[in-house]
Amino acid sequence: MIPTNYFLILSVVLFVLGAIAFFVKRDLVTQFMSIEIMLNAANLAFITLARSANSADGQIIVFFIITVAAAEAAIGLAIILLIFRQKKTIKSEDIKLMKG
Amino acid sequence: MTEIFWLIPFIPAASTLILAVFGKKLPKKYVSFQACFAVFASFVISAISAVGLLQTAHGNYPLVKNLFSWIQAGSFQVNLSLMFDPLSAVMALVVSGVGFIIHVYSVGYMADDEGYTRYFTYLNLFTFSMLILVMASNLVLMFVGWEGVGLCSYLLIGFWFEKHSAANAGKKAFIVNRIGDTGFLLGILFIFIHIGSAEFTAINEAISGGAISVGLATLIAILLFVGATGKSAQIPLYVWLPDAMEGPTPVSALIHAATMVTAGVYMVCRMNLLYTLSETAAQVVALVGAITAVYAATMALTQNDIKRVLAYSTISQIGYMFIGCGVGAYAAGMFHLYTHAFFKSLLFLAAGSIMHALSGEINMKKMGGLRKYLPLTYPTFLIGAIAIAGVPFFSGFFSKDAILTRAFAQGQYSAFYYFIWGLGIMGAVLTALYMFRLVFLTFHGEERLDPEVKKHIHESPKVMTIPLVILAFFSVGAGYIGLPVVLGKKLNFFGKFLEPVIKEVKEVHLSIQTEWMLIAIATFVAFLGIFIAYVFYIRSPLIPRNLATRFPTIYKLMFNKYYVDEIYNAVFVKPTIKWSKIIYDNFDLKVIDGAVNGTATATGFAGKILSYFQSGLIKDYGLIFLLGVIIFLAYLLF
Repeated sequence: MIPTNYFLILSVVLFVLGAIAFFVKRDLVTQFMSIEIMLNAANLAFITLARSANSADGQIIVFFIITVAAAEAAIGLAIILLIFRQKKTIKSEDIKLMKG
Repeated sequence: MTEIFWLIPFIPAASTLILAVFGKKLPKKYVSFQACFAVFASFVISAISAVGLLQTAHGNYPLVKNLFSWIQAGSFQVNLSLMFDPLSAVMALVVSGVGFIIHVYSVGYMADDEGYTRYFTYLNLFTFSMLILVMASNLVLMFVGWEGVGLCSYLLIGFWFEKHSAANAGKKAFIVNRIGDTGFLLGILFIFIHIGSAEFTAINEAISGGAISVGLATLIAILLFVGATGKSAQIPLYVWLPDAMEGPTPVSALIHAATMVTAGVYMVCRMNLLYTLSETAAQVVALVGAITAVYAATMALTQNDIKRVLAYSTISQIGYMFIGCGVGAYAAGMFHLYTHAFFKSLLFLAAGSIMHALSGEINMKKMGGLRKYLPLTYPTFLIGAIAIAGVPFFSGFFSKDAILTRAFAQGQYSAFYYFIWGLGIMGAVLTALYMFRLVFLTFHGEERLDPEVKKHIHESPKVMTIPLVILAFFSVGAGYIGLPVVLGKKLNFFGKFLEPVIKEVKEVHLSIQTEWMLIAIATFVAFLGIFIAYVFYIRSPLIPRNLATRFPTIYKLMFNKYYVDEIYNAVFVKPTIKWSKIIYDNFDLKVIDGAVNGTATATGFAGKILSYFQSGLIKDYGLIFLLGVIIFLAYLLF
C-alpha cells in the first residue's frame, strides 16, 4: 500500500507547479490550465485525507469542485474566446481594462 | 347592522388608492362614478349605523371597533380603533352627506379641468382623513386624521399650483396649522403623562374620577384649544382661511366651510368633560369665539371678493360654535356646526355657480343684477343667506338661538357671559348685514358686468344646480330636529341624541318670558341687519360710500383686514427668514457643507491611493491573492 504522505506530496507538487505556471506563462489559456491543475491538486489532497480518515465528506466536496470546475471551464473558455475576437490577442499583459 | 360602522372611512380610502394608482388609465366617467359612489356608500353605512344607535339602549355605546394595536412600547399603547357614538355619528353623517353632494357638484364644476382625476383622488383622501378624525377612539388616531385633513387642505388649496398665489396660500395654510398643531400635540402628551392613555373613554373616566386637577385641566384644555384655533381658523391663527379661497370652490365648500374647519369644534365637544372641569379654559374658548365672531364679520363687510366674504363669514360662524362650547352648550355648538355645514356649503356652491356663469369673475363690483340670468342660483343663494342671517323658521336661526340663549342663561353665574352674549348679538347683526350686502351687490341693483363676460353668461348645468337645490332644502329644514327648548324639551331631538356623550353639568333655567324675549331679540337683529343692508345697497347706495369717506381710518383698517397679515409678516415671518438666512450662511454653508465636502474629499483621496494597486493585470491580482493566502497560512500555523 502506498503511504498517504506520497499522495499529499504529489498534491503539493502539482499545486506549486500550477502556481508557478500561472505566474510564468503569458497566454490566458495556459494560465487557465494551470488554475485547473491547482484545483485538481486540491482535489487530490481532499480525496487522500478523506480516504485516510474513512469519511465521505471529502469525496462529496471533490464532486462539488469537479462540477464547479466544469462550469468554470465552460464560461472561462467562452470569455477567453470573446476576448480574442475583440482584441486579437490572449496575452494577459495586454488586457488591463480594469485598471483603476 | 351597526357592527359594520368601521367600514365608513375605509371605502373612500380604497377609492383613493385605486384612483391614485390607476387613475390616469381610467375614463373620466368612471372616475366620477367611483369617487361619488365611495362617499355615498360611506353615507349609507353612517345612516344605517346612526339608526342602529338610536335603537341601542343608552349606555351600550360607544361602539368601539379595535382594528389592531398600532404602537406598543412599554406602558405606552395606541390602538388603531374606531368609535361610533352619537357625536361621531353626527359628524360622519355631515362629512359623508355634504361631502357626497359636493362630490357630485364637483363633477360639473371641474369637468374641464386637466387635473380631474387628481382632484377626486384628493377629495376622496380628504373624506377618508376626516372620517378617521371624527371616528377615532383615541387622541393619537384623531391627530392622524387631523394631520391628514391638513395635508389634503394643503394639496387642494394649491391644486392649481402653477398659479403663484395658490401655491403660497397652500403653504400658508400648512404652516399656520403647524403652529396650532404644536399646541395640540403638547396637549396630547400632557394627557399621556398624567392619564396614561389617549383613549377617550379612559380620559373621560379619569376626569370624572377626579384624577387630574383643575389647573392641569386648564393647561391641557388650552393647549388643545390652540390646535383648534389653527384648524378652525380662530384668532390668532385665522389668517390662512381667507387665502385658502385660492382653491377650487367646491373645496372651499367642503373643506374650508362645512367639515375640516369645524374639526376644532368637534374636538372641544369630544373633550367636553375637560372643558367643563376647567372654567377658565371654557371662558377662554367662549371669549376667543365671541371676539372672532364679531371681528371676522367686520372684515367680511368690506371685502369685494365673493369667496373671501364667505371665508370671513365661516370664521365668524365657527366663532359662534366656540361660543356654544365655551358657555357649556356643546350640543348647541354641534347643532350650529351641523346647520352651518348645509347653508355655508350651499352659499359656496352657489358662489361657484356664479363664478361658473361669469367666466370665473369673483369681484362683486363687477356683478349686480344677476338675478334674472341665474334663475336657480339666485333663490338657492338667497335661502342660504336667509338661513345664515338667522331669520326665524330657517335652520341657522334655531342653532344660533340655542347658543345665544345658553350664553344669556349662563349670565346668572357671571356677568362675563352677558358680555359674550352681547358680542354674539352684535355679530348676528353684522352677519345679516354682510350676507345681504353680498346678495344685493351680486343679484340686485344695476348690472356692472364686463360686456365680454355678459356674452357668455349662462346658468350652470343640472349636475351643479341639483346639489344646490338639495342643500337649499336642508338649509331650511335641518333646523327642525333641534327646536328651542321653550317649545318643549322633547322637540330638541338633536340635543337628546347627543346627551349620552355630552354631559351637561350645570342645568340652567330661564323663565319662558325670557326665552321668548331672547328669540324676539334674535329675530329683531336679523331683520335689522337685512334692513341696513337694504338701505345701504339698494335704496341709497351713497351711504356706505359717504361712511367710508367720513371715517377713512376705520374703513381702511377693515378693508385691509386690520393689517394683520402685514403685522404677522413683520413680526413673525420676516425675523424668521432673517434668522434662517443667518443660520444658513454660517451653519449650513460652513459647518454642514464643510463636513459633507470634507468627507467627499477624504474619500476621493483614499480612493486615489487604493486605485494605484488596481493595475488591471491578472497576474498582479494573483500575486496579491497568493500573498494573502501565505499570510493567512502563516497566521494559522505559527
